[in-house]
Amino acid sequence: MRRLTWFNATSLTLGFAFLYLPMIILITYSFNSSKLVTVWAGFSTKWYGELLQNEAFLDAAWVTVRVAVASSTIATVLGAMAALVLVRAGRFPGRTLFSGMVYAPLVMPEVITGLSLLLLFIGIGIDRGIFTIILAHTTFSMCFVSVVVSSRLVTFDESLEEAALDLGCSSFQAFRLVTLPIIAPAVVSGWLLAFTLSLDDLVIASFTAGPSATTLPIKIWSAVRLGVSPEINALSTIMIAIVAVGVITASLITKRASLRQQADERAAIHA
Amino acid sequence: MRRFALIALPYAWLLALFLVPFIIVLKISLSDIALAIPPYTPTLDFSEGWAGIKAFFGALDFENFTFLTTDDLYWKAYISSLQIAFFATALTLLVGYPIAYGMANAPDHWRPTLMMLVILPFWTSFLIRVYSWMGILSTEGYLNQFLLGLGLISEPLTILNTPTAVYIGIVYTYLPFMILPIYSALERMDGSLLEAAEDLGCSRLKAFWLITVPLSKTGIIAGCFLVFIPTIGEFVIPSLLGGSRTLMIGKVLWEEFFNNRDWPVASAVAVVLLLILIVPIVLFQRNEQKQREAEG
Repeated sequence: MRRLTWFNATSLTLGFAFLYLPMIILITYSFNSSKLVTVWAGFSTKWYGELLQNEAFLDAAWVTVRVAVASSTIATVLGAMAALVLVRAGRFPGRTLFSGMVYAPLVMPEVITGLSLLLLFIGIGIDRGIFTIILAHTTFSMCFVSVVVSSRLVTFDESLEEAALDLGCSSFQAFRLVTLPIIAPAVVSGWLLAFTLSLDDLVIASFTAGPSATTLPIKIWSAVRLGVSPEINALSTIMIAIVAVGVITASLITKRASLRQQADERAAIHA
Repeated sequence: MRRFALIALPYAWLLALFLVPFIIVLKISLSDIALAIPPYTPTLDFSEGWAGIKAFFGALDFENFTFLTTDDLYWKAYISSLQIAFFATALTLLVGYPIAYGMANAPDHWRPTLMMLVILPFWTSFLIRVYSWMGILSTEGYLNQFLLGLGLISEPLTILNTPTAVYIGIVYTYLPFMILPIYSALERMDGSLLEAAEDLGCSRLKAFWLITVPLSKTGIIAGCFLVFIPTIGEFVIPSLLGGSRTLMIGKVLWEEFFNNRDWPVASAVAVVLLLILIVPIVLFQRNEQKQREAEG
């Protein structure tokens, strides 16, 4: 029944052309030597050179990376805890409110999340800067992490952990030796998701960043509002390349891991 | 004890950084604007004890909400956001369904690659993906150069800074959210059902309408909500591609806050936006619930 009909081939070709042409054009024109972005004037890498000398961009990139590493790491811990609570902890007072608070940020418009956090920071008198962006990013990305991790926990066979407990593991050991390795791929993809969300965020960062800290998206935003620029094209190309390499590597690694797991399972059955 | 810590830590975090901020928004939306820092009254003064609390609640009013109804700008922006979100969702479905269908019917060994090709743009910066259309759609942009070169048009089309550009931007950036749930619904479908229908004399088109579409219904509904809900509050796309003529509430909120510095009105805009969103969010949750029950 799986056949590539004329209709399917056309819709796939057109669909992927639509998804990828804009990025291909962007990448191509980042190598354009002309300042006029829509006129091709020959190959050049000079915009990359200028970008590397632009300290404002480099500073912003460094801030962005620090924010993303810190917020995604805290978010992974908190998000995994929230997932454990939702899937395992059973009933406790305020559970409905808790699960509401875990899911609500997923659908909350960014302008509202940003506005409300800014009003909080001003209300309690924290100076806005890197620290406040980290708090803000952690809050919304921990919810994404908890969704990813809880979907893995739901399919997890609890009898494995019970077996470890019966065999004399403490509950912490059982978690570390049995549960954690099994949910590890979900935790890693949760971290990656949180990291990308943080790298990508413009709106929430604009609300919560003070004059002392500017992230890369805020910098890009103020540049592109004035129109298309070859430097931004070069920067975009670098960011697209990093993401592409990251996603492809991650998918190859998970594919290898799942093949190995399958082999292990087969070996265990035959042993 | 350990269980308590496990619950308490994420709970406290979300209370402090999600719920409390939202209560502050609610409170400020009921306050009056003032030329001060922070630019609103009243602030809750605990040092005055009960009298302070009473004065605080006495000063709250719905003035900002009535203001939203008297000024055309706001309700027009809400209506136009809903309208744009609705039509953009329909367009995304029209573009996304054939792609999901093609993927589900592609040879098995292609599918992981196709899947990755759909997910890859999702990981790429949203801002950059929207920005990439600015160069394509502008008057001297690549699309106009291409069409002029082919001789299809004699004058450049004005697309950038119109609602058309906003629709293109939304379809482009939210397409993966539409494709993935539909694809996963179609992929689970039993192909022999179609063969049976054809054996029983159904035309292929009729079999598609009577079997494929109903069986992918949960995917279609999920995809539509995943596009519709975030689009209503969208800020980046209308700001970069829509120009000053495209009204969307996310942009109005941003401008009210950053340009006019009217925090109480910005907060009231946020509260109303959230009230509008509750309906689709509840419907979406219900659809997800139904799907989980059907699978479990």
